[in-house]
This record gives sequence, C-alpha cells and structure tokens, in this order.
Amino acid sequence: MTPRMFVFQLLGVLGLIVVLGLNIIIMDWWERKLIGHIHVRPGPMHTGFHGILQPFADMVKMLAKEDVVPTEADKLFFWAGPMIAVVPAFLAMVVLPLAPGFVLADIGHGLFFVFAMQTIMPFGFTLIGWAAHNKWSLVGGLRSAAQLISYEIPMLISALAVVMVAGSARLTDIVDAQATVWYVFKLPVAFALFLVTAVAEMNRTPFDMTEAESELVAGIHTEYAGMKFGLVMMAEYTAMLVGSWMIVLLFLGGWNLWPLPPSPLWVVLKVYLLQSFIVWLRGTYPRLRMDRIMELSWKYLIPAALANLLAVGVLVIVFKGF
Amino acid sequence: MIADHPRVGHVTTGGTTESIVLNMGPQHPSMHGVMHMQLELSGETVLAARPVIGYLHRGIEKLAEHRTYAQCMVLVDRLDYISQYSNEWAYCRAVEKLAAIEVAERAEWLRTLYAELVRITSHLLWWTSVGLDLGAFTPMIYAMLPRERIFDFFEATTGSRLMPNYLRFGGVKEDVEQAELDGIHDYLAVDYMKLLDDYDTLLSGNEIFISRQEGLARITTEQAVSWGVTGPMLRATGCPRDLRKDARYGVYDQLDWETQTDTRGDALARYTVRVKEMRESARIAMQCIERMPAGEVRTKVAKILKPPEGEVYVRHESTRGELGIYIVSDGTAKPYRFRVHSPAFMNVSALPHMLPGEHIANFFAIFGGADNVMAEIDR
Repeated sequence: MTPRMFVFQLLGVLGLIVVLGLNIIIMDWWERKLIGHIHVRPGPMHTGFHGILQPFADMVKMLAKEDVVPTEADKLFFWAGPMIAVVPAFLAMVVLPLAPGFVLADIGHGLFFVFAMQTIMPFGFTLIGWAAHNKWSLVGGLRSAAQLISYEIPMLISALAVVMVAGSARLTDIVDAQATVWYVFKLPVAFALFLVTAVAEMNRTPFDMTEAESELVAGIHTEYAGMKFGLVMMAEYTAMLVGSWMIVLLFLGGWNLWPLPPSPLWVVLKVYLLQSFIVWLRGTYPRLRMDRIMELSWKYLIPAALANLLAVGVLVIVFKGF
Repeated sequence: MIADHPRVGHVTTGGTTESIVLNMGPQHPSMHGVMHMQLELSGETVLAARPVIGYLHRGIEKLAEHRTYAQCMVLVDRLDYISQYSNEWAYCRAVEKLAAIEVAERAEWLRTLYAELVRITSHLLWWTSVGLDLGAFTPMIYAMLPRERIFDFFEATTGSRLMPNYLRFGGVKEDVEQAELDGIHDYLAVDYMKLLDDYDTLLSGNEIFISRQEGLARITTEQAVSWGVTGPMLRATGCPRDLRKDARYGVYDQLDWETQTDTRGDALARYTVRVKEMRESARIAMQCIERMPAGEVRTKVAKILKPPEGEVYVRHESTRGELGIYIVSDGTAKPYRFRVHSPAFMNVSALPHMLPGEHIANFFAIFGGADNVMAEIDR
C-alpha cells in the first residue's frame, strides 16, 4: 500500500464517521418531526427553527448525564455490548458505494461482507440485554437474538436472487446492472421479502421486539443512561441506514435514475425516502407478537425466499441474461 | 399447580428450568394506573398472575362517613375519575331512593346526556391505550382530540373538565343553554362520526391488530358470570346484560338504541363491543338533545338532607360495568356507611383466570380489555 493510498483510505474512514454522525443528526430530527406530524402535533419546535437543533440538544443532554452502571451488572459487557452492536454496523458501511468508484473498499464479495457484519450485531444486542442484570433487558436481549438470527436467513436468500441475476456479489456491479431496469421490477418477490426482513433486522416497528416499550419497559436499554444509551441508539440508527442503503443498492437502482444521469444524489435521496417510509410504518402499525414474528420467518418467509430463489434460478438459465 | 393448567401447553418435563417472578407495575410505562401484577413466567409464558392492589387507596368510603350527603358528591367524582357523571348519577339515585326525592324531568334527560358523553370519553381513553398496549402510538394522540373536545363541552357546562360535581339530589346544578346543546349535537353528528371512521381505518381494520386480538383470552358467559364480570367484558361474551335497559333508570326506555354485544368472547370481541358502544352512545346523546323537554332542572330538596333511617343499594351501568352504591342511613345528615361495588375490581379479579398460558406480550392486550381504573378499585 502506497502512503498516498493509506492517507486516502484514512480520510475515507474519517469521512464515514462523519456520514454516520450526520445520519444520526438528520434522522433524530427527521424521525421526531415526521412522527410528530403523523400524530397531528408539531414535534420539536423550541430548539432553533422548527427544532432543527434538537439533535444537538439531545447530544448535550446525553453527554451531561450521569453514567449509571447497575451494581449487579456485568461491568465489562455492560460497556462492551453497545460497542459490539455499533462497530459492525459501522464496518458494514465500508463496502457500501455512493457512486461508481466512490467506495472505500470495492471488494468482490461486498454483499456478503455486509451480511457478515450484520451477523455480529445480535451478539451486541444480546450482551446489552444480558449484562444489565435486569429481567426486562434479558427478555429483550433474548428476543433480539432469536429475531435477528431468524430474519438473516430469508434476507440472505432473497439477496442471492439478485446475485444470480446480476452475476456478481460486488455491490458496484449489482448497481451497474440496474442502469435501465431496477431489480424491484425484475424481482418483485425478492424485493418484498428483502424489505420485510430488512425492517426486522433494523428492529423497527412492527418488529421492534428488543424495545417493545409496552411490554418490556424499554427492552434491552432499560438500564442504559447517558452516552451508553446514545451508543445503543447510534447502533439502531446506523443499522437503519445500512439496511436502507442495501435495499437501494440491490433493488432501487442505486445511483441510477433513468433517464436522468447517474448521481450519488439519487442514492442519498432514495435512502432517506426509504428511511422515511420506515418511520411512517412506525407511525401506523402496532407491534407483532414475538411468536408470530418467528412463525412468519420460519414458516412463510424462508420457504418463500427459497421458492423465489429456485424460480429465479430457472429463469436465469432459460432466458439467458434475464 | 398452575403449571398443570391446560393452557400451559409447552412446559417441558425432565429438564430443570426455573420460573421467574416478574413484577409488572406499579411503575411500568404502559401499566394503566398504579396496578401491580406479579407474573410467574416460564420463558415468555405466564404461569400465574397475582394482582396486587391498594396503591391508590384514599379511604373514600371512610371519608364519606364524615361528610354530609351533598359533600360526598365530590368524593364519588374521584372514584372512577374517567367516568365521573356515571358515579355521580349512581350516588344520586341511591340517595334519592333513600330519601324518596322526586327528580325534575329535564334533569333526567341532562343526566342521560352527560352520562353518555362521559361514556364516550371513557371509551376514547380506553381506545388510546388499546393501541398503545400493542405498540401503536398514533391512536393515542388521535383519540385524545375528540376527548379534549368533549371535555371542552363539560367545561362550558360545569366549569370543570374532569371533576364536574354537576349532579344534585333531585336534578342537576344548572341548566344548559340550547346553543351549547346544539354545539354538542353538531360535533357528535359530523366530526365525531368522521373520526370514528378514521379510527376504524387505523386500528380496527389493521391486519396486525386483528391477528393480535383474535382468539385471545376467550371466555364464556358462564365463566364471566361466575367471576362477576360485567359491562362490555360480559357483553362481549354474547350476554346482553345492560342495566341501562334492565334496571330502567334515566330516560333510556324512551330512546331508540340497542345493547351492543358480540358472541366471540375474545379480546377482539371486547374491542368491538366498546367501539360499537362509542357510536351507540353518540346516538343516545344526540336523541337526548333532540327530544329534551323544557322545564325546571331541580326540585326542592332540603339543604341539609337527612334521609330516614334505612339502607339502600342501587345498581348502575357505569362505563366499566355494574356499579353498586350501598348506603346505610341512621337518620342523621351523614351516611352511617357508604360502600361501593366496583365493576373494575370484578373485571380485574378475572385476570388471574384469563392470563395463565398466555405470552407476556399478550399481557397488556388482555389487561387493556378489562379497562380498569385503579382509583375505583382501591377507592
């Protein structure tokens, strides 16, 4: 590695941290605002113009809060849990491209790298729930383990259909293959499956079992205060960003918006539209029940994803270049 | 013992598993009031449930013994603080029966009107929590809008939004202007009905909501009767028990309305009955306004009321079910004994029978169906 490349990559990593922070600031404000208007109320109004400074107020509040660690908690994992949750979400962003060539590591199996990182996240959530030594957290942590593992399987299988059609697991190749027709039109079933499982992977309503405030007080982060709670929130927002970004790259054409010229702007636009859609879901739906969530995955989504994979495979062989 | 319960399907034998005791409430964000439920859990399955009550005990029954009959009106307001007019009316009926007081005719219509309006607000509050219990936050804000609007009407009439102190022995405190009544009528006929349609779109027709409520904690009429369950919970089992029709008070017999029932007996049936009652109550209230006769709203009653010696028990259909007021008079100005039969207490005491075998996630879906008010249970 030349020193020049090393500096470039270092700057890229710093850039990613900025993106991560910026996304949390934007989504923190935008989610409050959007959900507020869905609720027929204005949302934050007192911090700057229409509450635009609310994320900073939140941040100051979190940083200024006492860092409470329960006496019975497992000190090491109480601290490490949020890290284990947030770091893989962050690492997954390394391979996500914003434009052709505008990516930190354009590796040939980028898609699987993202999935590999997402597989680590449940460890973090389970540890968060277990370490706090609180019954509510424990139930939340166990739920998150069961749910995230169950939904990774149909998610990966439905993404495999995309890989088969695109002929590559490199994310830039997948997007380039959608220059005119997005995969959402070619593979609607895979898209539907991926969308549902991605929302479940993000722990968002109607799959927000880890939090489930009406049953589990605050679920895994019941005992978390201050910036540790901030880290858990960061992990959740970053997971939402990565999930939406993946959907945009795999199914919504990435930087392509035919007939307009490709631009990184489209990726940003689509990602935030998709995140707004997920916030809208939260404003509309009640929560599913835990056993129904497991049932949905194992009895319906996984068989459907496998059948879809088979059908797409046959189509790819019969009509070459489907 | 509970582990042998037929609805606990998957308790494994052979392995050594321990059940955990989870204290649900009194400080749980979605607990309704200061209820405390001790749940014994195996994983996420409830093995046993034990309600612990008394966190809101204010000694209302004892306090009543040291106040004159008229002064007790503010106490009954605070029994079931989201169904105030019903309590006041039940208490008034008891005292009027005891002292043989005639009630002014227009007052009967006003009482019926306000009792139905308060039934609407109470059901609206229940509707806010039924969504919230299942993780849907939006319904809560939506149902608060008409509730606030109806409270504005209460405020215009009585000067108070929550604790009206409006009923008097032999009538009501003050007459209501026709313009005010017309305002209520217009609101119920147009805006309120439109909102109810919105609610049906948002929650009643929601696939996830139905799947979470259907078949949940199904009870039969026999079980409900043996547990003393009344009100919408009993009517959801198919039993058309409604004291407004059966006990014949107010002007209900002169109005055109139906007792709302549902035969399924599950959580969805309890939901459906209450939603139907929200419409039916509006119908009753509108008819009251349309047909209300003019006249006096109060008859002459002694300032310091001294009912003759004796006792009286009055049953009343409050929002939650059969509210009983029992008064013993020793001929003085203060009740010798004042006792309340709380419908919420009876409904909550059915929960330990309904909960075992259910998931912890269903706890609030079942608990919300009982629509309890701790202030009335603890008194």
